[in-house]
Amino acid sequence: MNSQEHVVSHVHRDDIASRMGMWLFLFTELILFGGMFFLYSVYRFMNAEAFHVAAKELNTLIGCFNTAILLTSSLTMALSITALQKDKKNLSIFFQLITIVLAFGFLINKYFEWAAKFDHGIYPGSDTLLAKESGEILFFGLYYVMTGLHGLHVIIGAVLIGVMTRLTIKGVITKDSYVKLESAGLYWHLVDIIWIFLFPLFYLIT
Amino acid sequence: MASDSIAINGNEKEPSYLEYGGKGRGLKSWITSTDHKRIGILYLCSLLLFYSVGVVFGFLMRLELIAPGRTIMDPQTYNQIFTLHGVIMIFLFVIPGIPAVFGNFFLPILIGAKDVAFPRINLLSWYLFAAGGVLAILSILLPGGSADTGWTFYIPYSVRSGTNVTFTLFAAFILGFSSILTGLNFVTTIHRMRAPGMSWFKMPLSIWSLYATAWVQVLATPIIGITLLLVAVERWFGVGLFDPALGGDPVLYQHLFWIYSHPAVYIMILPAMGVVSEIIPVFARRSIFGYKFIAFSSIGIALFGSLVWAHHMFTAGMSDTGQFVFSILTFLVAIPSAIKVFNWTATLYKGSIELGPPLYYALGFIFLFSIGGLTGLFQGTLAVNIQIHDTSFIVAHFHYVMFGGTGFGIFAAMHYWIPKMFARMYNHKAAKIAFWFLFVGFNTLYFPMFIMGWLGMPRRYYDYLPEFHIYHFISTIGSWILITGLIIMFTNLIRSLRKGKIITEKNIWGGETLEWHVPTPPPLENFEHIPTITEGPYEYKQNEEPQLEEVK
Amino acid sequence: MHKDETHQHMHRYGIYILVWMGLLTLTGVTVAVAGINFGALTIATALIIAAIKSYLVLTIFMHLRIEQRVFRIFLVVALFFFIISIVLLFADYSFLIKS
Repeated sequence: MNSQEHVVSHVHRDDIASRMGMWLFLFTELILFGGMFFLYSVYRFMNAEAFHVAAKELNTLIGCFNTAILLTSSLTMALSITALQKDKKNLSIFFQLITIVLAFGFLINKYFEWAAKFDHGIYPGSDTLLAKESGEILFFGLYYVMTGLHGLHVIIGAVLIGVMTRLTIKGVITKDSYVKLESAGLYWHLVDIIWIFLFPLFYLIT
Repeated sequence: MASDSIAINGNEKEPSYLEYGGKGRGLKSWITSTDHKRIGILYLCSLLLFYSVGVVFGFLMRLELIAPGRTIMDPQTYNQIFTLHGVIMIFLFVIPGIPAVFGNFFLPILIGAKDVAFPRINLLSWYLFAAGGVLAILSILLPGGSADTGWTFYIPYSVRSGTNVTFTLFAAFILGFSSILTGLNFVTTIHRMRAPGMSWFKMPLSIWSLYATAWVQVLATPIIGITLLLVAVERWFGVGLFDPALGGDPVLYQHLFWIYSHPAVYIMILPAMGVVSEIIPVFARRSIFGYKFIAFSSIGIALFGSLVWAHHMFTAGMSDTGQFVFSILTFLVAIPSAIKVFNWTATLYKGSIELGPPLYYALGFIFLFSIGGLTGLFQGTLAVNIQIHDTSFIVAHFHYVMFGGTGFGIFAAMHYWIPKMFARMYNHKAAKIAFWFLFVGFNTLYFPMFIMGWLGMPRRYYDYLPEFHIYHFISTIGSWILITGLIIMFTNLIRSLRKGKIITEKNIWGGETLEWHVPTPPPLENFEHIPTITEGPYEYKQNEEPQLEEVK
Repeated sequence: MHKDETHQHMHRYGIYILVWMGLLTLTGVTVAVAGINFGALTIATALIIAAIKSYLVLTIFMHLRIEQRVFRIFLVVALFFFIISIVLLFADYSFLIKS
């Protein structure tokens, strides 16, 4: 069989399909977190007072600060695409790197937040936590799982953007072919949107 | 369907997808291939492998239940076997089933495309599928043994059980991811890659089914993903999310579990209905009755099917209002399914019926699915539900819809499309004999379960009262007849790949959809020139005689 | 079908910065409102403001405003599934009579 010489015709590039695929994937992420919002809403409905008490443990200032960090990182991500469209490759790379730096800032804050709580003995399975009312146990269970899973997605997003930065430097992502960067941007904005909802629901119900 | 330029003239030099070497030789070229047709066959092989394991477990279960008391295994083993039987059949056979095998192979061809939108992600889907399957089966070998919670992993036992629950949860999570990727691939492909002229209402009905299914895969699967993840987290870290000992609500777990698992059954049945919608017009030589109704009913089933999940929980501790709402919605979801059954019947009426093997299995589907669907309505009735919840009645119902429905749909698809995929025809007589063994065996196996369930035989019980013995006995005999049918059917099909009559013509059954206009087997890129579509997919010219070969 | 005309007209820097300032402002509003106790309305207000912020991110940062219409339809479908699920979930929970 001379099948090795068979020429595979040019794979047609379809940017809209690429974005469509990413949007569909974003919906799955949305609903993944959505499941936990279901839990949150039911448990809050059943334990309103306990949630209110538990939320006092959270530091609203750090939460605010982290919100600002993520919102700004969304800005820099969007700016990086516009920069590339205007053929400003280095500016685009700069904005992408800032986005990653901001992501790390967010994660460092989160680390300090969690560490503080661990210090106070509030972590899943701890005696301090288990001694509290069931509504409070649920609140912190949800807090750790939801912010933890969100943090994981921040890491994934940062890595993804890092990959795009490398591709931009190498000239794979260019002014005329940037759908990969756009897709990474879409993912990043979703991570931001999830936090936009997490923030008031955990930090602002005091 | 008239198309201007599909002609692949003088195609003797063009290698089929089976011959094209791809990367590396032999097996390596298959498991690294991004060709949707090869991926479909990878799925076919792995699917049937897992199915066999599931069948063996079913066989063993029925053997245990042939008489009261211990027959061949202890109660703990029985619990593990029915758990794995469920996990394998549901996550590794019925859910991926038709979309993974026949969707992958034929979707691009049916819409006039050269491949799916994301071929490499398609291959990744299969890798995930294989990995998930291996993990699920591996759980048997690890200390602690495989999970014994039932495939539903209900809280609190799933948090307490000492068996390898987390392993199985992880396997299910990976399989869910595989399903999601397939779903998003199909949605994008159908939107972006239809041939010129193929408007939405010129698509074959199986594509409408696959489209609706793909949306459910994308939107519903993440819920099971997060739910199972949370159970694992609760097992590892004692987080306190569902466990009542920590303030959680086990009924909330059930809600979250069924928000996916009910739409999942529509992932299972919709593609099978799509296959039936393809086969019936061809074997009745008539245009399908009510194309738009069937198309919209696919969307309707996906939509309404997402709203009825709590009918699995009527006795779990829901509010009265909740029960009432979900019961009404359950009745509504039966309507689009009924529309399909009426339309298929209307298509057959006064048609020029050709009783080929695919039609046997399609008719079997209609009969068995109707019984299954109607008994679903019994179950959706609140007062009746109290009587029959968690009894064999439920077991009979879901086997009628999932096995009599989707299972027979898969068998029908195999008999309809395997000759196209491999250019070999199986023995028709053997196929029909197999069908009768399957049909008789199936009803003998499952119908008694309706009766004994009604009389009070609980499900998932290892032992039972003497009054149920006769039903269990008949049922087990039925399982042997059924398995005989499976052996005959698969032997016939597999044997045909080597020994079957070679097929050279493109249009094996006289169909009008695009797969019957490309060579048998299809070449690597399906079409030399993408066709331009000018007609609907079931336009049979009344005076045209089909070029059908008489095959015995 | 293959030319991606919509995306040739991307946003300029300015509008992104404007939206960003709007997002920060809205965050500030949410925090301020949270201090005042409106009872059940507080959570509703917080969610509404979060929805507005998300709308801005979706339409401007994520380019939904300049994308093909089918993308917006997709989003509506996904959101519909999410919302109807919560509504039906509460069809059970809001009517539970605790003993």
